Amino acid sequence: MDRTASQIALDTISSIPRECGEAVFAEPWEARALAMAVHLNEQGLFTWPQWADRFGAALEVNTNAGEPLTYYQVWMATLEDMMEAKGIADADTRKKRDDEWLAAAARTPHGKAIEL
Amino acid sequence: MAHDHSQDEHHDHSHLDEMDLKVRTLESLLVEKGYVKSEALDEIVETYEFRVGPRNGAQVVAKAWTDSAYLDRLRKDATAAISELGFSGRQGEHMRVVENTDETHNMVVCTLCSCYPWSVLGLPPVWYKSVPYRSRAVIEPEAVLAEFGLKLRKGKTIKVWDSTAEMRYLVIPERPAGTEGWSEEDLAKLVTRDSMIGTGLALNLDTLS
Repeated sequence: MDRTASQIALDTISSIPRECGEAVFAEPWEARALAMAVHLNEQGLFTWPQWADRFGAALEVNTNAGEPLTYYQVWMATLEDMMEAKGIADADTRKKRDDEWLAAAARTPHGKAIEL
Repeated sequence: MAHDHSQDEHHDHSHLDEMDLKVRTLESLLVEKGYVKSEALDEIVETYEFRVGPRNGAQVVAKAWTDSAYLDRLRKDATAAISELGFSGRQGEHMRVVENTDETHNMVVCTLCSCYPWSVLGLPPVWYKSVPYRSRAVIEPEAVLAEFGLKLRKGKTIKVWDSTAEMRYLVIPERPAGTEGWSEEDLAKLVTRDSMIGTGLALNLDTLS
C-alpha cells in the first residue's frame, strides 16, 4: 500500500531527487518529510496537484533567494505552511513544541530515545 | 573540524539538529491531532530505507576485499580511508571497521539513532532502533541472528559492538567464495546493508541467482 502511495508521489512530483527511478535522500529526516507528505495525501489533506502548486511556487522563490534552502528544506517549509493554512498547526504552536522537544533532548541521557 | 564536532557530542545529553527538530515537531503535532500515525510513517520510510547512500559502504567493503593496501589504511584509520572514496558526513565520522573471519562474526548495535553512520550505511532499518534489538543483541546475539535467518557455524565467536556518538562501526563481511577475479563494482553488489551491520552475510552466488 505504501509503496504504491509513494510511487504516486514520485510519479506526480517529477522534481523529487531520485536515482534509478527511486527517491534518494541526503539525510534520514528527508525521507521522513517525504513520508509525511505521502501519508497526509493518503489521508486526504491535500491532492498532489495542490501540493505541486504550492511547493513549485516555494521552490521558485527559493531559487532566487540569497541563500537558497535545500530541496527538502523547502519541502518541509511547504508542509508547515500548508498545515498552518489549514489551521492544524500555526507558527506559535510549532515554536512551543520545538521548545518542548529541545527540553526533552536536554534531559535525555545519551543513548535513550528522546520522548516528550 | 571533526574534532570540534566530537567535542560537541561529548555532552551527556541528546542533541537535535534543526531539521530533525522541525520534522519531530510537525509530526508530533499531526499525531496528536489524529492526522498522522507514526507507525504509518515508519512503514513508508521503510520502503525507502535502502536509498540513503547504501552503495557507499558497499564500495568500501568491495575495495577492502580487493585492495590489501586499502584494507590496511581502513584498519589504521577508517574515517580517513572511507573519505578517500569521497564519502563523509556528519554521521559518517569516527568510523572503525571490524572484520568478519572464519572465527569471528561481528554485529553492531546502536543506542541512539544519530549514532548510525547513514552516510556510509544508508537509512537504518526500523528494527535497529527498537529496544528489544538493542538489549537482546547484547544478551543473546545468536538468538537474534537466528531470527534474521542467520545461522553461524558452531563455535564461531560473536562480537557485539555498541556504536556511540564517538565511534561508529562498519562490519566487513567475509568475501563470498567463488568471487575471485571479480571487479569491485560487481563485488559491491554482493554487499547488503545488513551485512555491514552484521545481521546478515554478503550475498553469495546462490543467493544472488
